[in-house]
Amino acid sequence: MTNRATATIHGWLLLLPAMACLALFTHWPAIASFVDSFMSTPRARRPARFVGLDNYQQMMADPIFWKAMANNLWFAMGTIPTSIALALLMAVWVNDRIAGRTLVRMAYFTPTILPMIAVANIWLFFFTPQYGLLEQIVGAFGGRSTNWLGSQDTALYAVTVVAIWKEAGFFMIFYLAALQAIPPSLGEAAAIEGASRWTFFRRVQFPLLMPTTLFVLINAVINAFRMIDHIFVMTRGGPDNATTLLLFYIYQVGFGFWDTTYAAALTCVLLLLLALVAFVQYGWLERRTHYQ
Amino acid sequence: MSGAPQPQSVASSRPDPYAPKGLALTLESTGAILLALIWILPLAYAVWAAIHPAEYTTRFELTAPLTLDNFTRAWAAAPFARYFLNTFILVTMILAFQLVLGTLAAYALARQDFWGRDIAFALILAQLMIMPDALIVENYRTLAKFNLIDTIPAIALPYIASAFGIFLLRQTFKTVPKELDDAARVEGASPLQVLMKVYVPLAKPTYVAYGLVSVSYHWNNFLWPLLVTNSVESRPLTVGLQVFSSSDQGIDWAVICAATLMTSAPLLVGFLLFQRQFVQSFMRAGIK
Repeated sequence: MTNRATATIHGWLLLLPAMACLALFTHWPAIASFVDSFMSTPRARRPARFVGLDNYQQMMADPIFWKAMANNLWFAMGTIPTSIALALLMAVWVNDRIAGRTLVRMAYFTPTILPMIAVANIWLFFFTPQYGLLEQIVGAFGGRSTNWLGSQDTALYAVTVVAIWKEAGFFMIFYLAALQAIPPSLGEAAAIEGASRWTFFRRVQFPLLMPTTLFVLINAVINAFRMIDHIFVMTRGGPDNATTLLLFYIYQVGFGFWDTTYAAALTCVLLLLLALVAFVQYGWLERRTHYQ
Repeated sequence: MSGAPQPQSVASSRPDPYAPKGLALTLESTGAILLALIWILPLAYAVWAAIHPAEYTTRFELTAPLTLDNFTRAWAAAPFARYFLNTFILVTMILAFQLVLGTLAAYALARQDFWGRDIAFALILAQLMIMPDALIVENYRTLAKFNLIDTIPAIALPYIASAFGIFLLRQTFKTVPKELDDAARVEGASPLQVLMKVYVPLAKPTYVAYGLVSVSYHWNNFLWPLLVTNSVESRPLTVGLQVFSSSDQGIDWAVICAATLMTSAPLLVGFLLFQRQFVQSFMRAGIK
């Protein structure tokens, strides 16, 4: 046997356990979702059969699906820019010699390690009508009472705020690491040139942080489709589907109504969106990002 | 894209001309501290509600009497001891498998040159985008076929091969000098011995970093455990807490806050004790 063949056998033997698990729980279910989305859901005495695009036609006519897509879009547009901007601000602050910076950094980072399902309980109390904390604060300033989670106009904002709170501190540490990696000589040179602090940030620091921004952006986009734990505690998708996000709807269809093939079709939409993110990342943003 | 970039505070030794001074520094500190207070408010509130009698849940008086009663009541109202055990078994099981599978795969990808390596790597990286959360429907069917629903292994299985862990270890292994590898082989070590004696010890910081991230993630994970468990014997803490707080407890916020704190306590205490280690681990795991 040649050396090359031996190496190939060794290599694949080492990969085998991990590849087998990935094939079973990532590759196969992705393909199976696609196949199942063209089938009917098997019911008692009626086995699954090929129904073509029926599930997708149902989807196009399903107002809750469109509602979930719109909600997810707003949720993404609410969480992504805000949490990234806050993360950058936090990192710049914590990078300076401000008072109590260790404690401040700790406060920003703490939400990252707390279980979302647990802190959602506390946020639920904050938003509770009548005696919730937010209500008391608003009341103290003479504002009028709002049922934040019970109203269609505010519920999505409320769950968006919680998501921003959860992830901003996590993103901060990547900016912090990147800021600390910028050579001090750049700051010295800019200062000699007489650049203001804002100019230095905009022209030097921010461009150098682009790879970090890209990394954080991808994470934020994926999180916008993944973060639904708090929905279970705070709204369960309500009121009247005002906070139903795509993944939460997949959960409802797949495990509430047990319509598994329609859920598979919805899963395909989610996978398509994630693939789009990957495509944009590798095909477009990667080329436009300035690396040091 | 080096394996283990060490964020260094190079700036500290030389004066930074853009460091805010005087009034600017005061303003910046005030802003930062205000934001920090908002950020810590939910946790601070949970602590307040948990250590005071229920009538002080919404009344903030410094003289309010302290009590541990809420914790005892929460502990007695749900089988939290069992949930803790389940979560402990779960995160240990996941981490152990992730490390073994990840080490083997990363070694192959980093140091073996063989047919199909690049395709294998691409297939592995696919999991970074297609996270297990998106595949709940099909994964549930697979585990139902294996008759594993409502067991702890069912929660663990979709996660034990982690693209993220494999990638992280591969990057680290690539930084190990090839000479060390060759020297060990000249001594007559087999590939697995080289892996165990040369690569694994040198990658220890990466293992620690990845371990902390993995344990935090799976301690807090909720959606998948919720779907595949339905009994006390297999439920982890997060699902137990959700069952507890949405059931007959009504809205006894003091008890719910106590239960919330208990659930988060091990990670929180670990974080407070090893703050640097935690932050650097998450950082190291993120910068690839």
